[in-house]
Amino acid sequence: MLRIDGLHVSIGDSEILHGISLEVPDGEIHAVMGPNGSGKSTLAHVLAGGEPYQVAAGSVLFDDLDLLSMTPEERAAAGVFLGFQHPVEIPGVPTMYFLRTALNAQRRARGEQEVGPVEFLALVEDKRRLVEMERALLDRPVNDGFSGGERKRHEILQMLILEPRLAVLDETDSGLDIDALRVVAAGVSTMRGPDRSALLITHHQRLLDHLVPDRVHVLAGGRIIRSGGPDLAVELEAHGYATLDGTIVEALPVPAGTVR
Amino acid sequence: MTATVRPTKVRRTPTGAGAVRAVQVAERASEFGWQSDPDWLRAARRRAAEWVEANGFPSTKHEDWRYTKIDAALALPLSAPYEGAVEDRSASISSSDLPAPYLGGLRVVVVNGRTVSELSAIGTPVLGGIRVESMAGAPQGLDGLLKQSWTRRVGGYSHALRALNDAAALDAVVIDVPAGTVVEDPIEVVFVSMPADAVRWWHPRLIVMAGAGARATLVETYLSVPGAPTVTNAVTQVDVGAGAEIAHYVLQGERTDSFHFSSLESRLANSSRMSSRLLATGGRIGRHEVDIVLAGEGSQVDLDGLFLTGSGQHHDNPILVDHAAVGCRSRQLYKGVVSGDGHGVFNGHLVVRPGADGTDAAQVNKNLLLSERAEVDTRPRLEINTDDVACIHGAAVGQLDPEALFYLRSRGVSEREARAILVSGFAREILDRFAPGPVRQRAEQLAVAAGVAIFYEHRQGPGTDRTVTVEAADVLSGDPLT
Repeated sequence: MLRIDGLHVSIGDSEILHGISLEVPDGEIHAVMGPNGSGKSTLAHVLAGGEPYQVAAGSVLFDDLDLLSMTPEERAAAGVFLGFQHPVEIPGVPTMYFLRTALNAQRRARGEQEVGPVEFLALVEDKRRLVEMERALLDRPVNDGFSGGERKRHEILQMLILEPRLAVLDETDSGLDIDALRVVAAGVSTMRGPDRSALLITHHQRLLDHLVPDRVHVLAGGRIIRSGGPDLAVELEAHGYATLDGTIVEALPVPAGTVR
Repeated sequence: MTATVRPTKVRRTPTGAGAVRAVQVAERASEFGWQSDPDWLRAARRRAAEWVEANGFPSTKHEDWRYTKIDAALALPLSAPYEGAVEDRSASISSSDLPAPYLGGLRVVVVNGRTVSELSAIGTPVLGGIRVESMAGAPQGLDGLLKQSWTRRVGGYSHALRALNDAAALDAVVIDVPAGTVVEDPIEVVFVSMPADAVRWWHPRLIVMAGAGARATLVETYLSVPGAPTVTNAVTQVDVGAGAEIAHYVLQGERTDSFHFSSLESRLANSSRMSSRLLATGGRIGRHEVDIVLAGEGSQVDLDGLFLTGSGQHHDNPILVDHAAVGCRSRQLYKGVVSGDGHGVFNGHLVVRPGADGTDAAQVNKNLLLSERAEVDTRPRLEINTDDVACIHGAAVGQLDPEALFYLRSRGVSEREARAILVSGFAREILDRFAPGPVRQRAEQLAVAAGVAIFYEHRQGPGTDRTVTVEAADVLSGDPLT
């Protein structure tokens, strides 16, 4: 599904990713973990086509599409979804309108029939219940006055409505209480299927308690320094990143109340 | 308190070919304005015309006009009007030419400054004792009111355009809402300007009296029709009685090669409330002056404006709010969307008089620039002469938020549509303040015609959720949103 090869990315004069290679096969969920400043968010944004990043070298294939040559909207229509770490507010644009415009823009681009208002209403209602998002929020402008948790639920709602083939979730779990975390995990699980994949980008291991990944990659200093099975996340939690790379000393924070 | 003009350079009259003097225009207006003016009006016109000739037209050297150069309007000749310039043009307008949707209430149509009686609800007494009259129809019992209107500026004018309206108005629409009367449906006045040979300047006038405790909605719509460019030089006076509530709207949708100068002069008595909301899309130059005097204790005013300024357009919004009494409240929120080489101006002046304790005032202007060449000048000004006040003011000029743009695009929305959506979202804050129903609908249609995508919200029926569709997803006139 996704094949990243030797990816070098910089902002301005400073290189942030120093040659990332990563492969996510169809139907798999991979986690990318790493300390702050390791380049995790950069990786997520580059996949979605974020502006300020320059790709100096390397390639990203999404199926057989050259992702890096596509506009953000083309990538979205092809099935790439980025769950934002900090979803932006869009004053004056009603959330319902935003959601339907996004879905229909993608469907148009794929040559599919647009979804009418009544049908869309039913679709949203269904997904809204799944992410336990208040109905009143949908009448508000996009993310306007949403709490941190509500914004993250809204990201998951968008993912469920747009049904991407590849969901890249950038720190969607950060700052969430246990209920919201459960919702995020359930949302991703719902989407699981033989032709859908996900890349979970996270600082913490606790999302992975609810959502067991097929593979875990450790990103540090702009490089993937280790890859492994789900056990790697557990190991990281117990010993911190220090055991993996002598230069990195930050231990994984342990959420309060965790029983080990 | 209107700033007095200290002319530094006097331009006697518009300089276009064949231009005549303001005094001649006034004389001609006297002859067929009010089926022969009474002496007091003839004298008032004469005084106003002489003021114009003595003081000249404003130039950018005048503080209140520093951003607005009106030479292009002055290049159109000031000509003495003649009967056919008004009558023949009025006959060419039918009710199907009027802006949709119909607002549901009393309607008056003014073509080239004079009421078209065939299309207007004038003269007949209507429910609740409201009177809608045209000065040109020589109505009974309005002398005092008209005289008051024409003599309010005995001490001088803030600038020549207002004086010229006094000198040259061919008519005045008078709307009198008696004390205690509540009018539910909007009362609307549609002003149409058309060229008539050499005559290009028109001076419509509207006088509104709201008695104590009266409640009414008033909508002014300005249009110009295809043909040569015109100058609309309008004056509207609104007198808000004690405890009265007036919701006032101005929809300025003139042709983008025409000129629009309007002045709203309003005085609010004790505990009265007024809102005045502007949507400006038209005019090569559109200048929308607002002068509010909060004269009575506890009076309140809300002023909102949205100007959509495309290539080749200039919109100027000079606002004066005068807190002259105790415990008054005022709010100003003006937003500008400027594209191409358009130029927007917000010139808000808030004055708190000595002794106007308990004043609560806010003045905010926000602008969106959609191109490198677009320009905005914003000057929110406070002049506070008492201690017991709560005043805030602020101004912002920015571009489309790149993060919001990326967010939309990452969801599959094209860059062009994403930009249009963000512009609409910006405009929405003001349009949402227009009364829901036909008034907002007309405003939205005007905004759409100017190229702003608007989200119409439709209720599917009682008890169901709201869904939203986009009606037009294009860009502001003049320039692509690049």
